[in-house]
Amino acid sequence: MSRLEQGSELDGFRIGPLIHAGAMARIYQISYADGRESLFPMVMKVPLMREGDGAENIVSFEIEHQLLQVLQGPHVPRFVAAGDLDRVPYLAMEYLQGLTVDAWLKKFKESRQGVSVEAITRIGAALAQAVHSLHQQNVCHLDLKPANALLLNDERIVLLDVGLSCHADYPDLMAEEFRKAVGSPAWIAPEQVVGVRGDPRSDVFAIGVMLYEMATGELPFGFPVTQGGLRQRLWMSPRPPRAWRADLPEWLQEIILRCLEPQAEQRYPSAAHVMFDLRHPDQVRITERGKQLRGRGFWWHFKRWIRAAGMAYQPSPLPTQQINEVPIVMVALPHDDISDSVMIALRQATARSLGTRPGARLAIVTVVSGSVSGSDKERSETWLIRHHLAAFKKWAESIDLAGHQISFHVLESGDVAQALLRYAEGNKVSLIIMGAATRGLSMQRFVATVPIKRVMHAPCTVILVKETTPFDAWSSQSEQDLRKE
Amino acid sequence: MKLALLSDLHANLPALEACLADAHARGATHHAILGDIVGYGPHPAQVVERCRSLQEAGAIILRGNHDQPTSSPTGHSWGDLTTAWTYQQLSEQQRDWLSSLPLTATLQSIFLVHATAEAPAKWHYELDELMAERSLLALSHDPEIRYVFGGHVHHQSLYYQGNGRRLMQFTPRAGVAIPVSPHRRWLATVGSVGQPRDGDTRANYALLDVMAKTLTFHRISYDHRRVAQEMRAFDLPKVLADRLERGR
Repeated sequence: MSRLEQGSELDGFRIGPLIHAGAMARIYQISYADGRESLFPMVMKVPLMREGDGAENIVSFEIEHQLLQVLQGPHVPRFVAAGDLDRVPYLAMEYLQGLTVDAWLKKFKESRQGVSVEAITRIGAALAQAVHSLHQQNVCHLDLKPANALLLNDERIVLLDVGLSCHADYPDLMAEEFRKAVGSPAWIAPEQVVGVRGDPRSDVFAIGVMLYEMATGELPFGFPVTQGGLRQRLWMSPRPPRAWRADLPEWLQEIILRCLEPQAEQRYPSAAHVMFDLRHPDQVRITERGKQLRGRGFWWHFKRWIRAAGMAYQPSPLPTQQINEVPIVMVALPHDDISDSVMIALRQATARSLGTRPGARLAIVTVVSGSVSGSDKERSETWLIRHHLAAFKKWAESIDLAGHQISFHVLESGDVAQALLRYAEGNKVSLIIMGAATRGLSMQRFVATVPIKRVMHAPCTVILVKETTPFDAWSSQSEQDLRKE
Repeated sequence: MKLALLSDLHANLPALEACLADAHARGATHHAILGDIVGYGPHPAQVVERCRSLQEAGAIILRGNHDQPTSSPTGHSWGDLTTAWTYQQLSEQQRDWLSSLPLTATLQSIFLVHATAEAPAKWHYELDELMAERSLLALSHDPEIRYVFGGHVHHQSLYYQGNGRRLMQFTPRAGVAIPVSPHRRWLATVGSVGQPRDGDTRANYALLDVMAKTLTFHRISYDHRRVAQEMRAFDLPKVLADRLERGR
């Protein structure tokens, strides 16, 4: 397709300046030709389809067209229109001003500076959040790399180029009878190398590669050009990031290397879990992975290589299903105004909930009012938090936590309901278990105020645990209520 | 054009009515019945009459392998065991109408057939990619054809050309509008209205939106227990009534 002239008109759009000329597509700024104001700045992406280009180019245009039409939320550009494949294929979409993570990383490289741990975790968590938002819509990106992640001024990440992505509810146009690797060699997951498409944990692997790049300035598996080089990641453990850079904390290496596990089930089960750990470094459980300072030896790799040779790859789970099976379960523990029986009931509900969800992670949260005053503030806060943590650990003692990660959080806020909801939203919690604050039978007052308000606005499922009330008392109480109405 | 695609009604009136009502609510402008109007089920005469009125209103009605009932069974399959009963329930005029139905039809870029396009009268089962490929190949002389729809196999499947040479099979999720660009060719089996066999008791049909270029496979609830009871009351084979209740 030849270059579009600036100032010319196409399907009601006025072509503006060419702002990007890549190997696969050209991107022009556009406006409405009739002078109409657009809701947001727009660009037109025109795929380059030259003689001799494979069918993949057309297919990825089709996929991007399909997905942009249905993807929602702040992590993908908004769709405007598309041009017919038989005439001039193009995609008109929202123009977002920002810096790709690729360009952002280059700035550090040029100034020979390392990215600070604080920046890695901040940008990494924003990236994981964007990826999770795609997974929640049943889409796996499968071509995540720094050049495809746009960092906006508000530190939001927008994911570009969904042309190699896979929507679990649509036929995968990229699929073929002889499976082969589709994606960018440096970032694709081992299962993608053997042609398995559609596992959300493949994106978790790519997040790991990007975190590794941010932390060390290097690619964990280099830039493979041969099939053999590509297959290395099926068994090879990359050089630990701390071997490149001694100031990296163990928890960050733990997170990065867990994302880069060759077998999908050993990685984080979802991008939300990655985000959670990046945002709560003090709660990361550090294993051998995080502590390592040198690369693995020959025999270790040899064993992994043998295992990889015989590895069978399972078909991918549905992204939304995968996310739901390993939820982040938040238990809102009240710290006062609560009877023992409610605490016991909460513990039972939590244990039951975890029992049916292997791999789920448990976050125990309480809200304390932020009224610690004056010069004693710092000391009191620490004391308060320590006091609560001790109480939580005691409460959680009898829950079987094998296979579950657990963390404790004390939030400070005057508005309990809002603090809990913000926490749930911010950490992509998928199940909240909470108790109704009660005093004997007069729970009505509490249920009607705080918990119901929480439940109504919660972004996920809520299990409301109540104290069992003697049945006779309940029915006479509800009769009274009815009469009042 | 929004084309409602219904197949394998199998004399199940409540299932047919439920699908038609749903298609109407979704703004269907055209209808195609892809055969197997009768057989197995308890309402052959009513379903034939409903199809005749649809035909008068412009619907395309095709003939399936069950649509020529005989006065005495010709074999031992469940279909054969209901054929004589079905024969008695229908008037001569209704039977003639069934026999007069065509095996295939073409509507713009859409080809319709009960079983496979390469040999419509042989009632092959389009069970895999290979059969689907043969069907499409048989139509390759007509480049206008972009969509091929059939029934016969009682499950919903979409076949398409992936990145490779061979056709790929896809199992749709109910209610999802799947983009089906006419840029490539698509073949789908739309499932069964009157006798689902994939473990889900709900009736199947599909809706092609030509303007939006989407195909949606639907699953519709109806009172299948009542239909099963009627079948038992008519002394139709018990297995067939059980089948409706299990969706298998």
